[in-house]
Parts: sequence; C-alpha cells; structure tokens
Amino acid sequence: MVETVAPTDLLRWIPLLPLFGALVHGVLLALVRRALPRGLVIALSVGAPALAFVVTLLGFFQLRALPGSSVGLVDEVYTWIGAGRVVAEMSFLLDPLSVVMCLVVLGVGTLIHVYSIGYMDDDHREDGGFQRFFCYLNLFLCAMLMLVLGDNLLVLFLGWEGVGLCSYLLIGFWYGDRWNAYCGLKAFVVNRIGDFGFLIGIFLLLWALADVGATLNFRELEAALPRIVERSVAVPGWLGGSWRLTTLIGVCLFVGAMGKSAQIPLYVWLPDAMAGPTPVSALIHAATMVTAGVYMVCRMSFLYEAAPGASALIAWTGAITALFAATIAITQTDIKKVLAYSTVSQLGYMFLAAGCGAYSAAIFHVGTHAFFKALLFLGAGAVILALHHEQDTDRMGGLRRRLRRTHAVFLVGVLAIAGLPPFSGFFSKDEVLLSAWLAHDVPGHQWLWAIGVVTAAITAFYMFRLHFRTFAGASRVEPQVEHHGIHEPAATVLWPLYVLAFFAIVGGFAGLPQAYGDLLGVPDSNSLSNFLRRVVRTQEHHVAHSTEFALAGVATLAAALGAAGAWLLYVARPELPARIRSGAGALHRLLANKYYVDELYDALFVRPLIALSDHVLFRGIDAGLIDGVAVNGSARFVRSLADDALKYLQGGLTQGYLITMVAGTFAVLAWLLAA
Amino acid sequence: MIPLEHVIGLSAILFLIGTIGALTRRNLIVILMSIELMLNAANLAFVGFARAWGEQDGQLFVLMVIVVAACEVAVGLGILIALFRNRETVNVEDMSLLKW
Repeated sequence: MVETVAPTDLLRWIPLLPLFGALVHGVLLALVRRALPRGLVIALSVGAPALAFVVTLLGFFQLRALPGSSVGLVDEVYTWIGAGRVVAEMSFLLDPLSVVMCLVVLGVGTLIHVYSIGYMDDDHREDGGFQRFFCYLNLFLCAMLMLVLGDNLLVLFLGWEGVGLCSYLLIGFWYGDRWNAYCGLKAFVVNRIGDFGFLIGIFLLLWALADVGATLNFRELEAALPRIVERSVAVPGWLGGSWRLTTLIGVCLFVGAMGKSAQIPLYVWLPDAMAGPTPVSALIHAATMVTAGVYMVCRMSFLYEAAPGASALIAWTGAITALFAATIAITQTDIKKVLAYSTVSQLGYMFLAAGCGAYSAAIFHVGTHAFFKALLFLGAGAVILALHHEQDTDRMGGLRRRLRRTHAVFLVGVLAIAGLPPFSGFFSKDEVLLSAWLAHDVPGHQWLWAIGVVTAAITAFYMFRLHFRTFAGASRVEPQVEHHGIHEPAATVLWPLYVLAFFAIVGGFAGLPQAYGDLLGVPDSNSLSNFLRRVVRTQEHHVAHSTEFALAGVATLAAALGAAGAWLLYVARPELPARIRSGAGALHRLLANKYYVDELYDALFVRPLIALSDHVLFRGIDAGLIDGVAVNGSARFVRSLADDALKYLQGGLTQGYLITMVAGTFAVLAWLLAA
Repeated sequence: MIPLEHVIGLSAILFLIGTIGALTRRNLIVILMSIELMLNAANLAFVGFARAWGEQDGQLFVLMVIVVAACEVAVGLGILIALFRNRETVNVEDMSLLKW
C-alpha cells in the first residue's frame, strides 16, 4: 500500500498560537518593562493553548476523514535549510501518533495554564514574574508542539532543544534562591549530554544516507532504511567489535531520549527539577517534556524494529530505571520528590513497552500517565498552597478532613498510578506488562515482566504511603502554618483537578484491551491501538484471554499488596516504620540518600571536571598558555629582541647606513647578474 | 669616434670616486658633492648609451636627473645651513642624535 499524505495549511497554527502568546508577553515585558494587566495576561496565555487545542481537534477530524491510504496531514511551511543535497523543510505532520500526543500536550497543558492562574497569583515580584511565567509556559508549549508535530528529525530536534531551554528557564524561575538556579542549570547540562548523543545519531543517519540522498524526513527515512540495514560499523572491542549501523544509530538516539526522559544514567536532573513552581513540575516533568523521548522512540519505531539490539537496551534500561526510581521513592519525604521519582519510574515503564515493540502501549501509558501525574502534581500543589509552601510530608498529616476536595482528587490519582482497576493506570500498565511478557525477541523478557510487577507493588506502596502521610493520621502541621489557616484552594486551582481526575478515571477505556472488550461485548475495543496501527507497529496478541486475565490479576494483586502494606505501616501500625528504619539502618540510609548517585556523579564527573577546568583549562591553558605565552609572551619576545639585538642596527652614523645601502645595492646587482 | 667602452669606463671610475667620497669624507658639503659626482657618472653613462644606440631616451633621462639633482642640492644645502646654525659644525659624525 502506497502511503500518502494530504497537504494542509492548518497545522502551522498549532505551534504558532502559543508562540504568539509567548512573544507578546516577552517582547512587551522587555520593551515596556512594565507588566500587562493580569486579566490580559491570563486571557492571552490561556487563550492561546485553548485555541491551539481547538485547531488540533479540527486536524483530528480531518485526519479521521482521510481515505485509508493516507497516513496523515502535512503542512509544509517553507524550506528551512537547503544545503546541497541536505534539505530540511519546516513542515509539520499530523498523523495518529502526533495527534494523540498533541491532544494530550494541549489538553493537559491548557488545564495547567488555568491552574497556574491560581497558583501564581501571589507572585508580585518587581520583574513581572507573573507575566514572565506565562511567557515561558507558552514558549514551552510551542517548543513541545514543534517536537511532536515536526515532520523531520531536525524540526523535532528544534523543539527538543526548545523544551530543554524552557525547562531551564522554568526550573530556575524563582532564581532569587541560588539552589533553584543550580537545579535549572543541572537540568540543562544533563540534557545537553543526552542531546550530544541525539545529534550524533542524526549525523550518523545523514552520513549513512549520503549516497542515496540524505534526508531527515520520517517517511523518506523509513523508505530509505532498507538500504542501510545491512551496513556495519566498527566499534571498540569491548563492545563487540562490530555493530549494525541501525543499532548504533538507535543507541545514539536513545541516549538523547535518556536525557530528555530521565532514564538511568541521566535521570538525576528530574528530581532536582522540582525546584520550579509546581505547575511547572506538572507540565514539564510529568505530562509533556519527559515524554519526548518516548515519543521519539515511537516515531522512529521503523528504525528500532530493524535494530533489535537497541530495542533490548531500551527495554532493559526502562525496566531497571522503573525499579530503581521506585525504590528511591519509598523513603522520600518531600511530596514533590516522591512524585518526581514516580515519574522517572513510570517513564521506565514506557520505555519498557517501547523496547518490547509495543509502541502503542507506550503511547497509551504516556497518555494515561499525563492525566494522573498532572493530577497528582497539581493536587500536591494544592496541598502545598494550602499549607503556605510547605512540602515536607513530615509536617503534614490529617489533612483529609480539612482539604476534602483535594483529598478526593488526589486519591483518584493515587489509585490510577497504583494501577488498580478500573482506573486508567490499570489498563495502560497492564498493556506494558503484557508486552514485556510477549516480547520473545528481547532477551530475558520474563525477567522484564517480573521487574515490572515488583515495581507495580512498590509503586502502590509508596504512593499510598505518600497519601496516608499527607491526608491520614494525626496532624503534624507546624503551628505557624496552622496560625495562617488551612483552606481549600481557589476555583481556578480546583477545576483543572476535577477535569484531570475525570480523565484519570476513564482515560484507560481509550485503550481497553480486547480481552475486556470481548467480556463486555465491544468489538475493536482497543480504539487507541487500532488508531495508532497505521503509523506504529502494534504488538499482535497471540495470547489466550485467560493468560491475559491471569497476568492482570498478578499485577493487580501485587499493587493491592503494596497498598495494603502502606496501610498497615502508616495507618494501622504507625509505630512500625520507625522500628523498620532502625532495623534496616544501612539500607534505609542508602535509599534515603538516593543510592548516593548524585554524590557519585559529583565525585566522578563534576569535581574532576571543575578541577580540570580550574587547574588545567583556566590556569594552565587560558592564563598560562594563551595569556602568558601567546599574548604577553609574543610581546615580551619582540621587546627583548629589539632591546638586546635589533636596536644596535640604529648606530647613528649616517655613513654606516650608507655603507649598508651600497652593500645591499651591490648584493642585489650581483644576484641579478648571476641569474 | 670615442668607443662606448671608454665612456662607460669613465662613468664607472667617476661613480666609484663619488661612492668612496660619500662613504669616507666627514664634511657634509663634500659628501653632497660626491653624490653629485655619482649622479653625473650616471648621466654620462646615459648619454653614452643614447649615442651608441641612436635613441633619445637616455638624453631625456639626463635632463630628468639634472632637475632632480638641482632639487636635491637645494633641499640638502637648506638642511645643511639649518644644521650649521644650530650645531656650528658640518661634520657628519656629530649628527648621531637618532641612535639607540
């Protein structure tokens, strides 16, 4: 079947609208140096993504109306780069994969914009903080939409860098505190490491396709792929001596995804990114930016299908990250830190699915995770707001009766992420685990499934632990916070929570597995997977329904056990955790200090790099070699040469000069005559 | 008719005398005169060649050199008088202010 695309002029407006909002806010703030009225800021910055959402919906309906042979809508705006045979169009593609991502990004993004109105209401800084915040949020959405809609790797990379920049700006938004600025910097630098790999991957693709026509367009890449599948490249002996080129490219691109989507070993920036305002954590570090890596892997799925080695690496990295981050989350007490590690862990699930070839399951989990994680972050933000910027669960507790609405929606989020039926997380997590169970071409796939199940149990445990420590038991709230009063947040904060809670409950039915569909008498119940089938391969389920139910049962049982464990420890027998903590002192210290990974990186990379920069690069090369030898040295040399030797040529005797002249004339004459 | 070799020989001798005079004498007036001698040696050679080849270019050059020499003497003597008024000497060895 020849796949075609339908041209359109609609798609450019999706990233342009948020860009317009960002530009108006930013330019006015820079030129006028006075903040706009808040009403105008809100109307512009919330209106832009809302309108873009409507445009995306229009695109969605156009997409549905396309004939079966068309994969999507393409909007070619202009030729961005035309350098010899390398041509990159500024063009956008709306196909089933990108429309799902776009709807999630814009849907959740718009809700978070609304929420931010209430959350940032108390920002009255001199530098127009309120307006600046919305400028960055809009700019971020623009970059994310470029990433998702980009029709070639270069546009995707532009958005990729754009979200990195915006996350730096937003994490360090409260830059008055040095620590926040440091966290922003850390996020940026760690992302740059991943981006380096990503760039190498892009260059390798261009290099590999140089003789058949270099291109970065996804459809052209897919068509050209068979030509490079057979090629190999030499790698160092300890890596096996020779790799298939597709594997190498896949691994390089995945290094970029490791950075952006916070996988081992580049996950360290995400927990620290919680220094930003809570809506930022929800927008960037839960629902959208971190899913960019998963999206990219799914977008490049044709490449990864031809590179089983890279896929296995993705699956195993995902599984280990999921377990690793989940164990850290057990001991964290900061409400946002727990959610941050749970994000890292859930991203691991998504990569597990993508690595196992179940791209639609990965996207399904991206979608449901966006809903329940945004819900959890925003719920946590509501708690933080109610407690006047208190984030430590050690100083919470017993908030259930005082923040009834927040408690209810937060509980929905907890149930969803724990994967208890019938909440959305249950279905998407089951899809992920099933894909691991069925991935026969990934080595050790049963172990991947087992890790996933154990992680599910731990996830349920720490999420219920968080919930109980925040909302149940006796109050540990500080007296001065009590003094200011604890109130439910404003309507602009609560309403987005209700909407997200609704989707966290029902979102799973978009990808209802056929096993349940048959039970309920719904044909083709997994509408998401059917929808995505046109762009990404979806795993064929050659498995009996009974096996599927059994696997789901095991996972649910594990989650229920985790939840029950949390209930036992933090509600029924609240004295137990302290005893366990003292009993397993070393283990607890290891987990509470996050396996000392930050300290390890500090000792292995940061300190040597700073020492190298200071002693060698700065004092040695810059001050010593460039300043000392090259600049001042050349001046000193010329001066001493003139002082010690050349000045004696100026003897002061007129006839001395004359002799030199005559001798020179004779020498030139002699040379001319001799020739 | 005087052969060309004799003309060139005389020119060379005059030029050498002028060079040696310019290099060895201390009196600035004598040095200037020596330079004039060198110029006229060149003039002699020009004229000799012009006559030998039957062309007028060499004679034109002689006229040019005479003009330049006149200018040079005017400027040179002017500097010399200014120097003598200041230093009361025309000895070239006393004029070494621009040394290291």
